[in-house]
Formats: sequence, structure tokens, C-alpha cells
Amino acid sequence: MKHLSPVNEKARMLSRAMDPRPVDAEAATDPASARDVVALDQQGPPQQPTGPHIPLGCSTIFSPGWEVDRTGGTAGLCQPVERDLFDCHLGCFWPAQVPDQLNHAPDWTKKCAAAQKDWRKIDLIFP
Amino acid sequence: MNIFHPGDCHAFEAAGRRFVYLAPSAAVLAIDGVSAAVLDAVAEQPRSREALVSDLADRYTPIEVEEAVLELARVRALRAATPPPPPARRVLPLTPLPLSTMVLNVTSQCNLACTYCYEYGEDKIVDTANGRQPKWMSEETARASVDFLLRESGKTAHLTFFGGETLMNFPVLKTAVAYAKTRAAELGKEIDFSLTTNATLLKDEVIDFLAEHRFGVTISIDGPPDLQNRFRVFKNGAGSYELVAPKIRELIKRHRSRPIGARVTLTRETLHVRRIYDHLTQEIGFWDVGFAPVTSAPGRSYSFGDDGFDHVLAAFRDLAQDYRDAALANRHHGFSNVRETLEEIHKGASKAWPCGAGFGLLGVSTAGDVALCHRFAGSDDHKLGTVHDGIDREAQRAFLESHHIDHKTDCRTCWARPLCAGGCYHEAHTRTGSTLRPNLHYCEWIRGWTDTCLRIYGEIAQANPGFLRQFEGDAHEAPQPS
Repeated sequence: MKHLSPVNEKARMLSRAMDPRPVDAEAATDPASARDVVALDQQGPPQQPTGPHIPLGCSTIFSPGWEVDRTGGTAGLCQPVERDLFDCHLGCFWPAQVPDQLNHAPDWTKKCAAAQKDWRKIDLIFP
Repeated sequence: MNIFHPGDCHAFEAAGRRFVYLAPSAAVLAIDGVSAAVLDAVAEQPRSREALVSDLADRYTPIEVEEAVLELARVRALRAATPPPPPARRVLPLTPLPLSTMVLNVTSQCNLACTYCYEYGEDKIVDTANGRQPKWMSEETARASVDFLLRESGKTAHLTFFGGETLMNFPVLKTAVAYAKTRAAELGKEIDFSLTTNATLLKDEVIDFLAEHRFGVTISIDGPPDLQNRFRVFKNGAGSYELVAPKIRELIKRHRSRPIGARVTLTRETLHVRRIYDHLTQEIGFWDVGFAPVTSAPGRSYSFGDDGFDHVLAAFRDLAQDYRDAALANRHHGFSNVRETLEEIHKGASKAWPCGAGFGLLGVSTAGDVALCHRFAGSDDHKLGTVHDGIDREAQRAFLESHHIDHKTDCRTCWARPLCAGGCYHEAHTRTGSTLRPNLHYCEWIRGWTDTCLRIYGEIAQANPGFLRQFEGDAHEAPQPS
């Protein structure tokens, strides 16, 4: 959190829950990378924290190559994790992941021409 | 477009900084200028994010405002216009819960006749004269109670002796302590002792016993002679100050293994908080002093009206400033009402029930009936088992379920509910006839007092945060008499 600072013990718990710190010391020294999302299939030096990492997604079965690669790891993914969002948005029958774009938020993805490049422009929608 | 409203929180200022106290999480956050400006703007009038960006454009960049709105919304200091979600499903603690503190009413007899006493006065719950409860707890019941405590407790157990006047049954108290120490050692558990007394029966033998067994001692006393003798009188009407004051001084001189605390009952006729505090700490020598407004049905000659609570709040605030000054200079101050509230704020206590009565703390009557707490011990309506048969788990579960904060609709939108949770069951029962109701007669007082303590907490957190480390361990307090 940038504008709010925890004071009591409960606030520190809240802050930790909202701002999980990377586990490797190198990333911890760089606040920018500590807060950012990193792609799992990034080329070059690893950006991913070296500690335990749990790939997130709604399935490991229906879209192979998305959360885990053919070996069960994350080194050779065929799609970026950002695809998670748009898989739910476009191709998946599961509607709860994204806002209601028929009635409530028709312009939700207006600023996002290409998901891989523009995903940061997709805004939060409050109910 | 989302319109933002102030969230479920209380904003306050201390030492020139702005803070928010969040309900129900009880987190305290310091907020920066732009966050404060956003909160002020929505408090004045709910606004959309776009409106906030443009209204604050003279002072902050759009990115700053957007970031602040996002963070405030994430911690729920801001909420969107839609009605708040229904309260979370009640989660009852897993049973069986370890029992932490057992309060043993070793007698229902008292050698004083304090006019306001909830046990003997006009608002008594248990018939101590003609009821089924014996006047004295027997040694056998005391031993069965100790076995019950050690069976139900975790690694550490606290045994508190209470009355009536506790020391009127000193023989049973002594045998209970000896038995408890032996049994706890055999079971590999730790046990400690405390008691509350009116000090009339303190003598060398008793004081030495209390010191030897490291008793936490709380003395019920109302202040200097004119205030003590107003209500704390013998049956013939004579005041008790002259008898108890020298005995208390002797206790404080000889019992050095734990600090001695005073517990003051405030009535509409004895509202002299600073004078009482100064007398008890400086002239008698108490380490700390806790105050509580008398528990009574409305309309008693000594009970509080609204102006009485206002007066107490003003007096508390005045004395609390002394506590703050002492804390900033790393000095001890004995105003225990502040210390207890600061500890709860620092830990972020958020209560579904106002106190541990009925699960972590239980009261035991002279006959061995287990009740919510010492104030209900012996009442059939508030019985939760017996020391012989154990806790009635079904009754306990029904009690916890029905008394959960989510049932108190008046409390649902109050920012002070993490600390108050509706207030004392006994107070509610005396005022309204039911433990289920929140104590609406002192809401303003609770919010005013919590706000005062939050400000002091904010000041200490800014200027002397090391002082707050003392609140990071586990602390045990003896239950309080009235």
C-alpha cells in the first residue's frame, strides 16, 4: 500500500494480505518488481520469485499449456498467464470471473486492444 | 458509474496525522494527505471517482487520487453505493473450547451492605437469602471446581476467588489453592490465582498467604473517605474507609510479588474521577485504578442519566491525557481503563461477543453450578452445567449462537463494535431484563471513549511506538466486581 500505512497488528496483517512480498531477496530490494505481475514464460533471466509458486487459474485440464506445461512445470507455457483473464472473458462458459458486460460494464475492455500488451488498462469494476 | 460513500470505519486525527479505524477488522491505518482529502470529500458528499479526480485536481494529480481511491476501497474505508453485503455467516468457535478463567464464588455472604451492590441490592438476580444456593462453598465443591477447571483448561489455568466477600470463606480458599497447586503439578499444567476483596478482612496471615501464592489482588474501593463511605457501608450504616485504608496500605507494603489494583464503582453521586485516582494512587499506593459506572436498572437514585455518562466521559478524557503524557515519557500511569483499551486496539481485537463469558470464562456458584460469569453464578436461567457433570455443551452452543454480534441489529452499523460488541450481558440484563439486548444506553459513551483512546493510541504510535510493545504478549485480568 502506498497511501495507507499499517499502525496496529491487525493492520499489518491486512497489509501483508494485500501486498504479498516476493520470497527472494533480490526481488525484495526492487519495490517495482515486488509489486508487479510477472509472466511465467518470460524469456531471459527468471523474474519469477525463486520460492514456492502456485499457478493460479480455474482449471489445469481444459486449457493445456496455460497454467502448466506438458511436464507439469511452468517453464514452457504456450500462453501467458494474462490469458487467464481473457479466456474467461471470451472463451469460457464460466461467467463469474468478469464483470457483466451486457448491462453493467459494456465498455470494460474498451481500452484493451491487445490483452498481452494492454491488460493493465483493464480497470476494476465495483458492483 | 460508481458513487463512493464513506466505508465502515472511523476517521480520527492524532499528533497532526490522520488515521482510520476499520470495522469489523479493527485495523488502524495512518493515511496520507490525498487519502484524507478523498475521505473528507466523500464524507461531505458521496462522489464518483471521476468527480473526486476533478474536485481534488487543484491539489493532487489524477493518478494520486485514483491510487488513493483504489487503496481506500480495497480496505473498505470507501464503499460503492450499493447497500453493504449481508453480514458474514456466524462462525462459532470450535468446541470444546479450553477454559481460561474460572471465577469461584466461595461465599454469597458479605460483611458490607453497599447500597448499589448487584448481588444484594435492588437489582439482584440470585436469591442469596432464600434460594437453593448455600451461603458458603464447601471444601468438597471447591475441590470439584478445581478438578473441573483443570479438566477443561489448556496448558494454563487462572483461578479467581470471588464473593460475597471472598475472604469470609478464607479456609476454603486456602484448601482450594493447596489442592489446585498439587493437581496442576500432577497434570503438568500451570495455574495462577487472583481474588477480589473489600479489604475489611485483610490481616497479616491473609496477606502473607496472598503474597506467598502470588495472588493478583483487586480491591473494591470508591476513593477518599467521603466517597467510600457514601455507599460502601456496614449493615449499621457506618462507613468502611477508616477500617480498610490501613489494611490496604499494609497489603501493598507486604505483598510485592504482583501489583495491587483498585476497582472503583462510579455512581451519579461520586463522579470525582481525578480526585479518586489521585487519592488511591498517591495516598494509598495502588499500582493501578480501574473505574466502572455502577450497574443498575434505570431510575435508581445512584444510577446514571445521560448527563452522568457525559460527565464521566469528560472526566475520563481529562485523566487519559495524563496517561498519554506518561506513556510518551515512558513512565507508568495507573489509569487501567486506558491501558486495557489501548491493548485491545493494538492487538486489533474484533469481538463477536463482548467478553469471554460463557466460553473462556465461567463463574461457579457456591453449590457448584456453572454459569456465564461470576455475576450470574447461581442463577438457574443462566446455568451452563455443574462442576460435577461438566459444561452443558448444548446450552453453551445455544448461548453463543443467540448472543452473536450479528443478532444485534443496532450494532451492525456502529464503528465501535469490534471493541464493544454490545457490552456487558449483566448490564443488559439489569437494564432491559435480557442478556440478548445491546446496551444502547451507553453507545455514545462507548464511542466517545473509544475515540479518545484511538487518539491517544495514534499519538503514542507516532511519538513513542516502543511503549506499545508491552501489549504484544498475553495478559490476564481479574474479573471486576461492582
